[in-house]
Amino acid sequence: MTESLIEITDLTKIYGTGAIAVHALRGVSATVARGEFVAVMGPSGSGKSTLMNILGCLDRPTSGTYVLGGEDVSRLSKNRLAGVRNRQIGFVFQSYNLLPKSTAARNVMLPLLYNGHQHLTDGECHERAVSALELVGLGDRTHHRPNELSGGQQQRVAIARALVNDPSLILADEPTGNLDTQSSEEIIELLHKLHDQGVTIVMVTHEPGIADHAERVIHFLDGQIVSDKLNGAKRKGGKL
Amino acid sequence: MSLWRTFKVAWEGLTLNKARSFLTTLGVIIGVGAVIVMMAVSAGAEAEIADQINALGANLVMVMPSFSRGGFGSGMGAGAGRMPGLTYEDIDAIAQNVTGINGVSAEQTTNQTVKAGSTTLEDVSIVGTTAGFPDVRDYRVAEGRFLTDIDNDRVNKVVVLGYDVAHELFGEQSAVGQSIKIASTKFTVVGVMGEKGVVGNTDYDGRVYIPLTVVFKKFTFARFGGDSVRTIYVSAESKEVMEDVMSQVTTVLIRQHDVDPASPDFSLTTQESIIDTAASTTEAFRDLLAWVAGVSLVVGGIGIMNIMLVSVTERTREIGLRQALGARPRDVRLQFLFEAVMLSLLGGLVGVIAGVGGSYLFNELGTMRTELVTESIPLAFSAAAAVGIFFGYYPATRAAQLDPIEALRRE
Repeated sequence: MTESLIEITDLTKIYGTGAIAVHALRGVSATVARGEFVAVMGPSGSGKSTLMNILGCLDRPTSGTYVLGGEDVSRLSKNRLAGVRNRQIGFVFQSYNLLPKSTAARNVMLPLLYNGHQHLTDGECHERAVSALELVGLGDRTHHRPNELSGGQQQRVAIARALVNDPSLILADEPTGNLDTQSSEEIIELLHKLHDQGVTIVMVTHEPGIADHAERVIHFLDGQIVSDKLNGAKRKGGKL
Repeated sequence: MSLWRTFKVAWEGLTLNKARSFLTTLGVIIGVGAVIVMMAVSAGAEAEIADQINALGANLVMVMPSFSRGGFGSGMGAGAGRMPGLTYEDIDAIAQNVTGINGVSAEQTTNQTVKAGSTTLEDVSIVGTTAGFPDVRDYRVAEGRFLTDIDNDRVNKVVVLGYDVAHELFGEQSAVGQSIKIASTKFTVVGVMGEKGVVGNTDYDGRVYIPLTVVFKKFTFARFGGDSVRTIYVSAESKEVMEDVMSQVTTVLIRQHDVDPASPDFSLTTQESIIDTAASTTEAFRDLLAWVAGVSLVVGGIGIMNIMLVSVTERTREIGLRQALGARPRDVRLQFLFEAVMLSLLGGLVGVIAGVGGSYLFNELGTMRTELVTESIPLAFSAAAAVGIFFGYYPATRAAQLDPIEALRRE
C-alpha cells in the first residue's frame, strides 16, 4: 500500500438554492495515492470541472471532506487555501494562461513570488525558474515571451511554472486541448517523465487516446463517479 | 508576498503599459501642477502688492479726503465755502505742527513733453511735490539739491530730474544749472536724483520733480479742485509714534479745515492697514484658486479610478491566474492599490516638476510675478498620494474579491 495523497469522502457541491439549485457533485468519494497518474473523463456538465476546482483548492465543497496530504482542506479560509494552492498544487491549464508580456522565466517565477514560507531572493527565484525550464527542455528559451514560443512550448512553460514550487500534486485541465498531435505527444511524454520522477498527476481530458496514458481512469456522469479502473497502461510511445 | 515584491509586481504592471500609465497620471500631473502654480501666482500677487505699498516708504500715514459723511454738502457748510480736498497749506500745517515725523509730502502727477536743446522726451511723468519727498520716500538726490519749501512758497520754476531723464537729456554733461522746457514753460534744473529703478509700477528714474504749487498753477485748474491733492504722505519716525502722529495730524487738519471732529472731511490710514486689507483679499483669492486646483486633483483621482477599474476588468484572467498560483486576496488588493498609488505619486512628482518649472517660467517670461510657496510641494504631493489611496481602494478591492474560477474562465 502506498500512502494516499488525496482522500475525498462524500463530496457534494450545490450551486444556487431551492428550485434553481444545481447539484454538480452528488456524493463523490475517491483516493489518489502519491505518485499516481489519474485521468478524469466525462461529458461537459458531468461535474469533473467542479471536482477539479475543489481538488485545486479554488473552491470549497458544500459538504463532505477533502484531505490533501493529511490535512483537511475542505473548510479552510480563502487566505489559507491560497497558501495550500501555492505550495501543494501546480496548475496546468488548457489555454496555458501565461502572462503575455512577461518572459518565460518571469512566468515560471510567478508562484515563487507568492511563496511566503521560503524567503527566496530574486536571484534564487530566477535560478529555480531556469532549472524548472531546463527540466521541461526549454533551458534556452528563458528570455522569450509567450508570443515567441509555439503552443507546445508555451504549455511546457506552464508545466515548468506548475513545478517550480515543488508541489505534491499537478492538476492538468485538458493540457493538450489546444495542441496539435505532435505537440500533444510531447506534452504527454513530459507528463510521463514527471510521473516517473514521482509527481502525482490528475488530468482532465475528453480524448480517450490521451486518457490511455494514465495509470487509472475515472469516468464521471451527472456528478457521480460511474467507473474507476486501472488502465492496461500503454506507456511511452503509445498512439494517440 | 512581501511589500517589496508587491511593489515590484505593481511596477511591472505599470511599465508594461507605459502609454496608458502616462495618460492616467495626466490628471494628477495637471492637478498637482495647478496647485503649485496657483499658490505661486497668488503669493506673487501678494508680494507684488506688499512691495508696491512698501515702496511708498516706511511707517507711512496716509491722509485722504473723505466724502463719505455728507459728501460735498457737509464739506462746504463746515468749511465755509471751500472745496473738499487736501491742499498745499494742509501739508505745510502738518509739517509745522506735528512732531515725531521725518517728513510730509504729497504728489500731483501730470504727463508733459520735456525738451532740452534739440532733445525732446514725450509723455514724461511730471511729479509736483514738496521738500519732504526725499524723506518720505527715502530717496536721495545724487547731484545738486531737492526742492525746498521756498521753491513751493514762491512757485519757483525749478526742476529735479530723475536719473534716466537727466542722462537722456544731457548725456555725460552735468544737468544742474541747465534749462529745460516742460510743455511751454522754462525750468532751471537744480538737482538730479540717484538711481532707483522700477519699484512696483513706478519707474522712478524716468520722472522729474517740480514744486507742487507750480503744478497747480501751470498744469491743473484750481477752479475744478485742481489745487488739491488726493493723498498726503506723512512719514513717522518709528512704528511706536505712529498712533501719536495720527492723532496729531487729525487735530491739525480739523483745525485747518474747521470741520466738526465727529465728521471730518478726511481720513487717515496706514500702510500696514492697506497691506492687511490687500492681504485678506489675496488670501481669499488664493483659497479660491487652491479649491479650484484641488478639484482638478480630485478629477485626476477619478481618472485613476476609472482606468484602474478598466484595468481590473481587462486583467481578470491575470488576477485569476495569480490567485490560482497562490496570491491571497490581500496580495491582489495590495498589487492594485500600489499601482494606483504609484500612478498618483508619479503624477505628483511630474506635477511638482511641472508646477515649479511653470512658476519659474511665468516669472522669467514676465507673464506674471510668482513666488514659489515651499509648503505647496509636500502639500500637493501628499494630496496626490491620498488621492491614489482613496481612488485606488475600490478597484483594488474589486480585484481582490474576484472568484478565481470565474476569473480564469473569463476570456
